[in-house]
Amino acid sequence: MELRSTNTTSVFRYLDWVTVTIYVLLVFLGAVSIYAASYDFDHASIFAFEEFSGKQLRWIGLALLASFVILLTDFHIYEAYAYPIYGLLIILLVITIFVAPDINGSRSWLVLGPMSLQPAEFSKFATALALAKLFSSYNFRLNLHPMNYVKALFIIFLPIALILAQKETGSALAYMALFFVLYREGMSGLVLTAALCAVVFFVTTVKYVDEVMLDLSTGELVVFAMIQAGVVVMTAIYCKLILVARNLLLWFLAADIVVTLLSVAGVLVSGQILFGVILCIALLYLAIVYMARYRNRSLLITIGAALLSVAFLFSVNKVFTDVLQPHQQQRIKVSLGIEEDLRGAGYNVNQSKIAIGSGGFSGKGFLNGTQTKLKYVPEQHTDFIFCTIGEEKGFIGSAAVLILFLILIFRVLAIAERQPTTFARVYGYCVASYFIFHVSVNVGMVIGLCPVIGIPLPFFSYGGSSLWGFTFLLFILLRLDASRREHLSY
Amino acid sequence: MRKDYRLEKRKYVIGGFFLIIVIIYIIRLFSLQVIDTRYKAFADSNAFMRKTLYPSRGMMRDRNDKLVVYNQPAYDVMIIPRDVQMFDTLDFCQTLSITKEQLEKRFADMKDRRLNPGYSAYTPQRLITHISAQDYGRLQEKLYRFPGIFIQQRILRQYTRSTAANVLGNIREVSARDIERDSYYASGDYTGDLGVEKSYEEYLRGQKGVEILIRDAYGRIKGKYDDGAHDLPPLSGKDIKLSLDIDLQEYGERLMANKIGAIVAIEPATGEILAMVSSPTYDPKKLVGRERGKNYNELMSDFYKPLFDRALKGAYPPGSTFKPSQGLILRQENIISLTTAYPCYHGFINGGLRVGCHSHGSPIALKPALQTSCNAYFCWGLKSMLDSHRSKYGSTAEAFEVWKRHLVSLGYGYRLGVDLPNESRGFIPNAAFYNKIYGEGRWSANTIISISIGQGEILATPLQIANLCATIANRGWFITPHVVKEIQDTVIPALYRDRRYPTIEREHFVDVAEGMRMAVTGGTCRLANLPGIEVCGKTGTAQNPHGKDHSAFIGFAPYNDPKIAICVYVENAGFGATYGVPIGSLMIEKYLNDSIAPDRRYLEERMLQSNTIISSGVKKH
Repeated sequence: MELRSTNTTSVFRYLDWVTVTIYVLLVFLGAVSIYAASYDFDHASIFAFEEFSGKQLRWIGLALLASFVILLTDFHIYEAYAYPIYGLLIILLVITIFVAPDINGSRSWLVLGPMSLQPAEFSKFATALALAKLFSSYNFRLNLHPMNYVKALFIIFLPIALILAQKETGSALAYMALFFVLYREGMSGLVLTAALCAVVFFVTTVKYVDEVMLDLSTGELVVFAMIQAGVVVMTAIYCKLILVARNLLLWFLAADIVVTLLSVAGVLVSGQILFGVILCIALLYLAIVYMARYRNRSLLITIGAALLSVAFLFSVNKVFTDVLQPHQQQRIKVSLGIEEDLRGAGYNVNQSKIAIGSGGFSGKGFLNGTQTKLKYVPEQHTDFIFCTIGEEKGFIGSAAVLILFLILIFRVLAIAERQPTTFARVYGYCVASYFIFHVSVNVGMVIGLCPVIGIPLPFFSYGGSSLWGFTFLLFILLRLDASRREHLSY
Repeated sequence: MRKDYRLEKRKYVIGGFFLIIVIIYIIRLFSLQVIDTRYKAFADSNAFMRKTLYPSRGMMRDRNDKLVVYNQPAYDVMIIPRDVQMFDTLDFCQTLSITKEQLEKRFADMKDRRLNPGYSAYTPQRLITHISAQDYGRLQEKLYRFPGIFIQQRILRQYTRSTAANVLGNIREVSARDIERDSYYASGDYTGDLGVEKSYEEYLRGQKGVEILIRDAYGRIKGKYDDGAHDLPPLSGKDIKLSLDIDLQEYGERLMANKIGAIVAIEPATGEILAMVSSPTYDPKKLVGRERGKNYNELMSDFYKPLFDRALKGAYPPGSTFKPSQGLILRQENIISLTTAYPCYHGFINGGLRVGCHSHGSPIALKPALQTSCNAYFCWGLKSMLDSHRSKYGSTAEAFEVWKRHLVSLGYGYRLGVDLPNESRGFIPNAAFYNKIYGEGRWSANTIISISIGQGEILATPLQIANLCATIANRGWFITPHVVKEIQDTVIPALYRDRRYPTIEREHFVDVAEGMRMAVTGGTCRLANLPGIEVCGKTGTAQNPHGKDHSAFIGFAPYNDPKIAICVYVENAGFGATYGVPIGSLMIEKYLNDSIAPDRRYLEERMLQSNTIISSGVKKH
């Protein structure tokens, strides 16, 4: 095949300037935040390279240079060399396990002279390229053969395993976001729904395991309500049986009210049995509908999902309360960020909530934040950088940053969908998935909604590896996008 | 390319998922930042203050439960720079009896990020360390005049005796590297330095606690947050029982005063170190508190290196104390029988080579050779093993490897694994070492003959030499020597409980022990012939390039039920019998009888008063 070299001017003509603008804006805000987070009253200018902000400026300069270089490269190389690039990064991950020094229990940093790099950040775009390459191979459709799933999962889980071996759980989890890509390319939505339900049920059960209502822990009660709602929603939307759904809703409401009244009146009944019976009657009703007139697989799936949910709920509850020791329960709760642990990780979250909360509606103003300068939160310029924004820019500023990310991700999704090749589209979805995961988990952690998982906020957190990793990720997509018209001429 | 429009719609699901998350987060931000005023109040008052509660460090007792190391309180003056307002500096300086310049220097050091990387104007910083109890009392009264300053109680080590500094070690403030290596440490913490303090740091240090206090808008402490529900009490460090007999240790240090060298005494049955003297030594009390830095530098630059633990770091030629190990190997390899006799005409004379010896009967067998410390006997023995048993070993080099492996099994050439930091491994050459020097096949027994009498390349630590003596005392096994006998609520590692067996049969140990008994009753160690105690011994006189010969002695007693095995090594003190034997026998006598017999007091007096430093290779400028 003859590789046509792309005309440089056309790259810049067709470059998606909206994305570039958002990128520059985010990077600029990131630099400002790091400066604010590491600012101290008696220290020098932003260009003092010994300070975090000065170092970060150098990283940003190099990142801009790298993005420019990426735009000038031939776009074919990304598809042609997808597997070699992936292989190279995998080797680098393996090497890292053995040569990296132990920094706070994790072995993920490669020290090269004056700088340290985290290969886990760079293997993100390599994994995305490999996954895109797999999907773009001839006549590849995910649902065509189970083997295709095995191949895709292998590409995703190989880096996960290696990064786990480096004891970087957070970075490894980020690769799970690629399940969004599998979903876009044909994986059943039930997989994502089931995963989401499992997480929500688990967290809810565990979070409220100690409060008791209606002879049930509040957690169980809430999950039962969720299961009831889930059954109604699935019947209505998934099975398209509006009438049946309405009947179920009425039954659940009536039954729940009766149970509540009974318990208020002081009648001692086992909540587990009562709610079990209520749900069983509902499922029986669905089964009858299935037998009588509506022989559709979706109805069976709904019943199966409800039963599985209940089984999951009971086993989580059982294992958590009976099998685990109190101190083990405590550790799980703390690591999930459920319990305030003012001595350890919870202390950071608490401090970060205070910092953000004290920002108020419009913030205290640039460099006027006091909480973020407390140095109580060790990762204030890395994982907890969002605090600085919250404190100094207030609700307006932090909401604006979130909306900027929202626009970026919508834009990336739009770019992905307009690609003529499967390769570019899948790659685009990978980019969007990583961003969704990082932004959701990082901000969620800082505002106390997610467990404390140490992953960076793209373009904001201090560190060259993360900034470079995300820049590579985004600009390779922009490079592919700028040449999308060239495919039409084939 | 065909597009699947049904799948394309899934972009709305993915986009919608993130949209919902962003909406939830924005609602959460709104409630945190706009609706909930609690956080603003927290921030305004800078609500929480984490106060570290320091545990008391584990104490150390000796084997007879005599207290050796304990804690005493010390006070640090802490400062939160942001909270400091104008105050009377002169008054402050007078209270703490320091000058204004010193205070200014401390402020500058505190703010210097190279010296104090964790500096923040908002968190407590250490201004002055270790003020005395009197200063503490004076400052405490006036504390209300100095806002932003408070006193933190810390612990310091204190010692009941001025002895065993090399074994006990001391504590120092953690360095930036310690903090990087172990996340337990924070700036200003203490960690063990040298000795047991270092090697048992994790047991001794305990677990820091934390107290979360609430402060009001003026920085005043308003009490515990949530009634102390989130506090963590400190856990005291574990107490340690040393195997040392602190009286014996002290006695050994007195005997070694004005001499350079080491004494190691081991209880053979347990491997427990009874005394471990390194001389010159220093007073452990010198490395405590505010004077530590100055004194440490003095010790570091001291010409005689008192910080260097000669007992386990000094690698010396073992000299004739090496001969018992040679007897063991020659017997085990069946090179000699008990009746094999070699000639000695005032030395070993062979192939133009002469290793001198002194007057005794000739020819001579193993036990008398040990008794009289005959050089020629062991030279002939090694020569026979290396050069005359080609049919058995193949070559000199292979025979030499067999010889080396036996020595390694006896604890030479590698670290024994004592529970103290920085043990030296000594040196036992292997065949490759000599191949490198002389060329392969171009060396024979005569080339290296001096190793048979513990000279030449052979190096061993006093600890290794003492351990060999303990192995002979046990007639064929030893337990890795150690200085910690018990740890509170914990079992000491199996390494210090399990027997280790060298590659030599018990019967040969019995013979060598008899030879060593003969050396005391009628040989080189007659000064060690104590009334009522059957002592066994072996002298050593090691030539060295630093001046006068080193004087060495190994011995154990009683002969049939050994309670103590000892190695004495005195640098540049002459014959083994002049210093090694008297000091060794006094230590044995002191340990077993608790007192020195009247007719041996002259010996004690002479040892206490003699000075061999003047004849040592270390010359003071």
